[in-house]
Amino acid sequence: MSDKLWAMANLKVNFCGVEFENPTVLASGVLGVTSASLKRVVEMGAGGVTTKSIWMEEHKGHKNPTMFGTEHFFLNAVGLSDAGIEKARGLFAEYGEPAGSGAKNVRPAPVIASIVAGKQSEFADLTEEIVKSRPDILEVNISCPNVEDEFGIPFACDLLLAADVTKVVRRKLDELGSKIPMIVKLSPNVPNIGRIAKACADEGADGFCAINTVGPGMVIDLKTRKPILANRVGGVSGPAIKPIAVKAVNDIHKATGLPIIGTGGVMTGEDAIEMMMAGATLVGMGTMVYYREVGGFGEVVKEMGDWCDANGVEVVGDLIGSIK
Amino acid sequence: MDVKNFNTIPETIPIKKIVKETDTIWTFQFEYNLESKPGQFLMLWIPGVDEKPFSIAYDDGKEFWLTIAKVGSATEELFKLKEGDLIGIRGPFGTHYKWEKGKHLVLLAGGYGAAPLYGLARAAVEDGCKVDFVVGARSEDLLLYEERVSALGSNVTYHAATDDGSKGHEGYNTEILEEIIASKDGEGVSKIYACGPEMMMKRAAEIARDKGIKSELALERYMKCGFGVCGQCCVDETGVCVCKEGTVFDGERALGFSEFGKYHRDSMGKKVEW
Ligand SMILES: Cc1cc2nc3c(=O)[nH]c(=O)nc-3n(C[C@H](O)[C@H](O)[C@H](O)COP(=O)(O)OP(=O)(O)OC[C@H]3O[C@@H](n4cnc5c(N)ncnc54)[C@H](O)[C@@H]3O)c2cc1C
Ligand SMILES: Cc1cc2nc3c(=O)[nH]c(=O)nc-3n(C[C@H](O)[C@H](O)[C@H](O)COP(=O)(O)O)c2cc1C
Repeated sequence: MSDKLWAMANLKVNFCGVEFENPTVLASGVLGVTSASLKRVVEMGAGGVTTKSIWMEEHKGHKNPTMFGTEHFFLNAVGLSDAGIEKARGLFAEYGEPAGSGAKNVRPAPVIASIVAGKQSEFADLTEEIVKSRPDILEVNISCPNVEDEFGIPFACDLLLAADVTKVVRRKLDELGSKIPMIVKLSPNVPNIGRIAKACADEGADGFCAINTVGPGMVIDLKTRKPILANRVGGVSGPAIKPIAVKAVNDIHKATGLPIIGTGGVMTGEDAIEMMMAGATLVGMGTMVYYREVGGFGEVVKEMGDWCDANGVEVVGDLIGSIK
Repeated sequence: MDVKNFNTIPETIPIKKIVKETDTIWTFQFEYNLESKPGQFLMLWIPGVDEKPFSIAYDDGKEFWLTIAKVGSATEELFKLKEGDLIGIRGPFGTHYKWEKGKHLVLLAGGYGAAPLYGLARAAVEDGCKVDFVVGARSEDLLLYEERVSALGSNVTYHAATDDGSKGHEGYNTEILEEIIASKDGEGVSKIYACGPEMMMKRAAEIARDKGIKSELALERYMKCGFGVCGQCCVDETGVCVCKEGTVFDGERALGFSEFGKYHRDSMGKKVEW
């Protein structure tokens, strides 16, 4: 262990033309309800943040219990609760204007707007609204497993639907003349994630975020014989899913070569390095907050720097896709 | 993280006893070693229904109590349960009240806030503290915990304030707080603890600040996870999670939250004025 304060390695990365101070980003759905909360995550060391998935209209979500964890995994079925586009507008206004905009309240780090909808046409409408708030990146969430009762299987689990949503959002962005990079958030719950990524890439995705939660899974209380989540089933995240995420990221990397936010089970700097080797440019963390609290972001960044320094890596970006 | 082995799967245990405080406020008692500290809360799962946060009113290492008001759909279902029925618990979560041995403390309770402050009073008296326990309610029949608090002994004084004057002082409990501080005896007050409606807590914190006395408040915000992950209870503009870095905050710190006494958020994150 070294006791130096700063890593010597350069931890900056460029993702679809957007500069990040370091490769860590907050994953969607964790600490992403308010601007103040996102800013705090940046203060704690994250290179960027993702909002909780935004709907056009209010969306209640599921009753509690919506989440809990063990040493190995975390299970959640929040059901994408959100107060809709109007609240989101307020959030972006509070978070600040894009870097280089010359505005007084410049945002502390890039923000990725995660959007969700039940129909293709709604994705188009929401895209039109959300770009007005000038997020740095648009993340199209087509992979949440927790609203299946409402909407059927996620778009991300069907190659044609995934491609179609991508096309609809791409067309809208082009129509608006928007240069905001658009990435698609994919589900690991498919036989071949690389093929789905390729189909989205062909329809104009600029990159990907992978993975959303695994499963769904279920936990049953033995005494009452009832599933604990109010939604009965929920998405699995946390340490247990890391190997699935690393493999998925590598598959997408090989299939498309596009930039990826590698997400899923990243808890430490070494986990993050592994994700980059698999093909990730940025590394998303959500459930890490459960195990290491919000301060974990800065710790992971430091661990990444330490690893680079100890292994003669001068530029962290050199690790991207360096798997042999 | 203070959650043992990271296991936050609710554990189901039987309700041992139900004590009716009023028609709509009941105390649920459980035989279980929760290992909580005064001011902490837990998430209570009504299997198949919902799961909600409640403050721990009493915990002696063998049993613990929750004092719960029937206010909506989840608590209505809870009030249908009987002794022996199974219920799930997750926790304890959050920060706790802090006090020093042998000091003079004033506890200010509104509504079911009397329950967690009873837990504090009990522990503080054991540590040789002198306690003024000031409760406010709309009317006499809604005053909670009087007998239990009075039974803590001669070091505890129970003061009541009611809106309609049916018992004790007619008016706000914060007026009693001001009287106590202004009295000769009040010079030695080392800390003020408040739990109840946010406006009451804000007033208490302001009184404390003006008199140069420390204070601690237990904030309430909409909670889902209880352990600092979902972000539902983050307060403006610091972004601090109430469930994790609170719910008990120093009064000074709480007064610094820009939303304190102004608004909170609903289950979707939308602002709601108090
Ligand atoms: C830390 C903390 C400690 C609490 N301690 C107690 C206690 O000791 N005794 C007690 O009677 N009540 C306590 N409450 C409030 C209690 O959680 C709510 O009364 C309960 O959740 C109501 O649920 P419901 O479905 O019956 O009512 P609903 O109709 O759903 O809601 C009624 C009101 O309760 C509040 N509420 C609902 N759900 C939540 C939630 N998940 N988190 C926070 N507030 C909510 C809202 O302000 C709402 O307006 C506490 C709340 C918090 C945050
Ligand atoms: C409580 C919780 C809420 C989540 N909500 C969302 C969401 O709203 N939108 C989304 O795209 N992903 C959501 N996710 C998935 C995460 O963004 C992430 O893809 C997944 O949890 C795997 O990463 P992790 O192991 O680092 O958490 C959520 C995850 C958790 C644990």
